[in-house]
Amino acid sequence: MSLGPDEVKKIAHLARLGINESDIDDYASNLSNILDLVAQMNSIDTRNVPPMAHPQDVGQRLRADEVLEENQRDRFQKIAPQTENGLYLVPKVIE
Amino acid sequence: MEWESVIGLEIHAQLATKSKIFSSASTAYGAEPNTQACAVDLGLPGVLPVVNQEAIRMAAKFGLATGSNVSKHSVFARKNYFYPDLPKGYQISQFELPIVEKGKMEIELEDGSKRIIGITRAHLEEDAGKSLHEDFHGMTGIDLNRAGTPLLEIVSEPDIRSAKEAVAYMKKIHSLVQYLEICDGNMAEGSFRCDANVSVRLKGQEEFGTRAEIKNINSFRFVERAINYEIERQIDVIESGGEVIQETRLYDADKDETRSMRSKEEANDYRYFPDPDLLPVILDDAYIESVRNTLPELPKEKHQRFVSEYHLTDYDAGILTSSRELADYFETVAKQLAGDAKLVANWVIGDLSARVNKEDISIRQSPVTAKMLAGMLKRIEDNTISGKIAKDVFNAMWSGEGDADTVIENKGLKQITDSSAIESMIDDIIASNPQQVEQYRSGKDKLFGFFVGQAMKISKGKANPAQVNEILKQKLNG
Repeated sequence: MSLGPDEVKKIAHLARLGINESDIDDYASNLSNILDLVAQMNSIDTRNVPPMAHPQDVGQRLRADEVLEENQRDRFQKIAPQTENGLYLVPKVIE
Repeated sequence: MEWESVIGLEIHAQLATKSKIFSSASTAYGAEPNTQACAVDLGLPGVLPVVNQEAIRMAAKFGLATGSNVSKHSVFARKNYFYPDLPKGYQISQFELPIVEKGKMEIELEDGSKRIIGITRAHLEEDAGKSLHEDFHGMTGIDLNRAGTPLLEIVSEPDIRSAKEAVAYMKKIHSLVQYLEICDGNMAEGSFRCDANVSVRLKGQEEFGTRAEIKNINSFRFVERAINYEIERQIDVIESGGEVIQETRLYDADKDETRSMRSKEEANDYRYFPDPDLLPVILDDAYIESVRNTLPELPKEKHQRFVSEYHLTDYDAGILTSSRELADYFETVAKQLAGDAKLVANWVIGDLSARVNKEDISIRQSPVTAKMLAGMLKRIEDNTISGKIAKDVFNAMWSGEGDADTVIENKGLKQITDSSAIESMIDDIIASNPQQVEQYRSGKDKLFGFFVGQAMKISKGKANPAQVNEILKQKLNG
C-alpha cells in the first residue's frame, strides 16, 4: 500500500498540521510503511478472535453524578490568549 | 410524476444529570460563561474523562422503554474534527458499539392511523460548547459551559415518509424522555433538538435518493416547515434536470428556507477510533433488570389505564397522556373528586391548557395548582357554583385571588338554589316582558333562551341553571 503526495496533504490538513513540501515524500513512505504493517496484520485470520477496544480486559469504572468542580474560570483564563466578558476569544469562525 | 419523501431523524436529548458526562462540572443552564467549564471540559493536557453512571443509567432506561437492545458491551470513540467550541479537537461519542440498538416507536397520525418507526440506535456523547458570533472586534466568543453535557443521540431508521410523520415521531420521543425523567425537554434552551435527513424518490422506486441533512432544528413547527421546504426544493432540482447533492443545510426560520452550509467534503472524514482514555462500558443482566424495575408507567400504558379507570374517551386520554406533567396534573385532580372524571378532563384539556399555552408556561408553573382546581370542581359537583360561574372563579384563582372557596366567598358567587327566590325572580321577568311571553306562548320556542338570559342577567349568573330551566318551563307553559 502506498500513499501519494495528495493523500499526505489531505491527512495533514485533517490534522491541521503544516508540513513542508520537501518533506512530503518522506512522510509518504513512512506512512506507507505503517499501512503495510497494518496490511500484514490484516492478512491474519482473526475470525475467532473477539474484537478488542482496549488492551486492558476490564470494564470502565463509573463515577457518581455529583458536582464537585468549582468555578476556576479566572485561573484558566489567565493562560488564554484573549478573553472578554468571561468568553474565550478566537479568530472568527462562520458556518 | 409522483414523489415519495424518505426521512430519518437524529434527535439530540440532553440528559438531565447534575454533572457532565466525563467531568464533575455542573450542567445547570444559564450560568455565567465558562464558570462551569473545568479542566476536563477545556481539554487541558493531562486530564482524563471518567464516565458519569447516571448518563449510562438514563441511556439504558431509554433503551428499555423503546424495546431496544441495551448493549452489555459498549465503547466510546473519538470523532475527530476541528471547531473552536470543541477544545479537544474530537468529540467523545460512540460509533461501532453504541449503548442502545434496534428499538421502535409507534406514532399516531391525525387521521388516527398508526405506524411503527424504527430506532436504529441511541448513543451517548458529549455536547460541544457555544460559539457567539456577535461583535467581539471581529472575533468569535466561546462559552464552554455546555461542553461535556451528556447527550443521547437517538437515530431513527429512514422510515418516516412525511413532515407530519416526522413531527409525530419527534413529539413521541419528546414525551417519552420526559416520562422517563431523563431529559427536561426544554427546546428553547436546546435540551432537545434534531437533525433531519431528507431525500426524495419516485414512488415505487426501491433505492433511496441522495439525501441532504438539515442541522439543528429546535422546534416542532420548524421541523415540519424545514422538511417540507427541503422536499419541495429537491423535487424542483430533479424535475428541472439537476441532481441533489449530499450536503449539510441550515434551516432559516425567518426566510422559511434551507440553505447550504459551506460544503466541506473532508469535514465529514471524522476518523473515528476507540477512545484509549476510556474502557468499554460493561453492563450485566442484573443491572439491566434493576433499571427495568425503575421504569415508570409509559404513555401507552397510561393511555389505556385512563380509558379503563376513568372512563375517558380514547381522544381525551390521548391528549392527557401526551405529556407526563399533564397526566399527573389530571390524575391528582381526578383522585380528589368523587364524581365524573370527564369534568376534570374537560377543565384540564380546556381552560387550563388554553391558559397555560397562551402564557407559554408549563403546567407545573400554573398558578392554579391541581389542588386548587380540584377544590373548584368540588364546588361544581356540590352545586355551590355553576359551570359558567366556575370560569370566573378559575380566572380569579389564576390571578392570585386565592383558592376557590375564598373566591366564591369574597365575590359572592355562591349559586342561588333556593327555588322560592328563583321563582319570584322569574315571576318578575314574566310580568315585565308580556310581549315576549305572548310570542312564546303562540309558538316562538326560540324565545325560551331570552328568558334564561334574563334570569342569568338578573342573578348575575348565580341562579342554578337547571332550576331556572325547570321553573321557567312550568311558568311559561302553565
